Amino acid sequence: MSSANTLTRITPKNITDQEFFYGHKACAGCGGSLAVRLALKVLGERTYAAFPAGCMAAVGFIYPQMAFTNNAIITTFPGVASMASGIAVGAKALGIQNFKTVAFAGDGGTADIGLQALSGMIDRGDDVLYICYDNEAYMNTGIQKSGLTPFGTQTTTTPAGKNIHGSKTQKKNLFEIIAAHDIPYAATASIGYPQDYIDKVQKAAQVKGPAFIHVYASCPTGWGTPTETSVEIAKEAVDCGLFFLAEYENGDYRLTRNPKQFASVADYLKKQGRFKHLSDADIASIEAHRDHKWERMRRMWNHQ
Amino acid sequence: MSRPVKQNFIRPTHIEGFPVGPQFTAGHLADTNAGWRTFRPVVNHDTCIYCLRCYLVCPDGTIFKDNGKIAVDYDYCKGCGVCAHECPKNAIEMVKEQL
Ligand SMILES: Cc1ncc(C[n+]2csc(CCOP(=O)(O)OP(=O)(O)O)c2C)c(N)n1
Ligand code: SF4
Ligand code: SF4
Ligand code: SF4
Ligand SMILES: [Mg+2]
Repeated sequence: MSSANTLTRITPKNITDQEFFYGHKACAGCGGSLAVRLALKVLGERTYAAFPAGCMAAVGFIYPQMAFTNNAIITTFPGVASMASGIAVGAKALGIQNFKTVAFAGDGGTADIGLQALSGMIDRGDDVLYICYDNEAYMNTGIQKSGLTPFGTQTTTTPAGKNIHGSKTQKKNLFEIIAAHDIPYAATASIGYPQDYIDKVQKAAQVKGPAFIHVYASCPTGWGTPTETSVEIAKEAVDCGLFFLAEYENGDYRLTRNPKQFASVADYLKKQGRFKHLSDADIASIEAHRDHKWERMRRMWNHQ
Repeated sequence: MSRPVKQNFIRPTHIEGFPVGPQFTAGHLADTNAGWRTFRPVVNHDTCIYCLRCYLVCPDGTIFKDNGKIAVDYDYCKGCGVCAHECPKNAIEMVKEQL
């Protein structure tokens, strides 16, 4: 085994040809399925993958269609981190070597109902990579607002009307909640920057102990975007500053992308059905929230 | 084989024929996804520079390397168009499926 600093970087040229998430029934252009596909290609065949209730579980395991070619299991909605912990220590107790355990959960399964189990997993120091694919709502059950749904989003539980313009709450600071556990490694990523995501999965896989990646993953069905723009829209979220790319390692935060200038927030929002009701004043308040967050991140965190 | 292929599935006629417990064979595909497609991605090998961007971003993993050429598994491609949209050379055309 090579050590972390002599690792060969995984790129589309040398990544395994094997597909581990194949023939699944995710909607065409599903960003979450790309996040799962790429991570599994980095982690390889000797990976146990656990999925709580959510879109990836729903589209991956439809008897008799089994879309995973590695070991994979569905867990309870709040319990993916507990299940993954159990797999990791169970396999170790059986003397199994050279394997990885990964949990893939949605934003609802992570930032809301699964948060307690995840906190426990990190606290115990279990050897699990936890990846949250964030499509900013409970998609599998029909687009309900979650703790990671941003301000102003139209969902079925936060409809846009005359007086209330979609979700009234801001996105939880999930990355910082996880980092506050003093986890060995945490990162944010976006499927709009797939190589950066691959690099972070590769790095996280080297950690002996808990690691966490929060990956921004578009959902054409829930966002009201054309299927072909799924990667582009996830890149634009980063470019306009509404999502950020960062790492937390050895107790330090670092922005891994620090745009000199942000692309237009209005352009990003107006392309999506879920935001099309927003007024100029709503957009101005979203920009102000972004600027406040970035001012703090740039002041407190390392960056170039 | 780097990708699973469709297999014959004979639906059990009795409850005893179904798997016991939650286990099932990894990569067992009883169905294709081809019927979802309205447009089919067609690669122009003259303009393709083999940058592998399409391979990287396909959510379904249905683009693969075929001896130095880009190929598509039309059994499982859903026709989302991400590959064509992301191709820097416009070397993928989305062509309407004929029924
Ligand atoms: C305890 C419990 N409550 C509710 C549900 C219903 N449920 C299944 S999936 C889901 C939404 C999942 O949302 P998220 O975690 O964001 O994943 P996504 O579907 O967006 O991929 C809900 C509410 C459940 N399965 N179990
Ligand atoms: S609803 Fe969204 S997250 Fe769920 S499978 Fe469809 S595109 Fe993917
Ligand atoms: S993205 Fe376009 S140029 Fe690059 S390999 Fe695919 S078809 Fe060829
Ligand atoms: S159309 Fe979509 S599913 Fe088909 S090969 Fe292109 S990216 Fe993959
Ligand atoms: Mg979700």
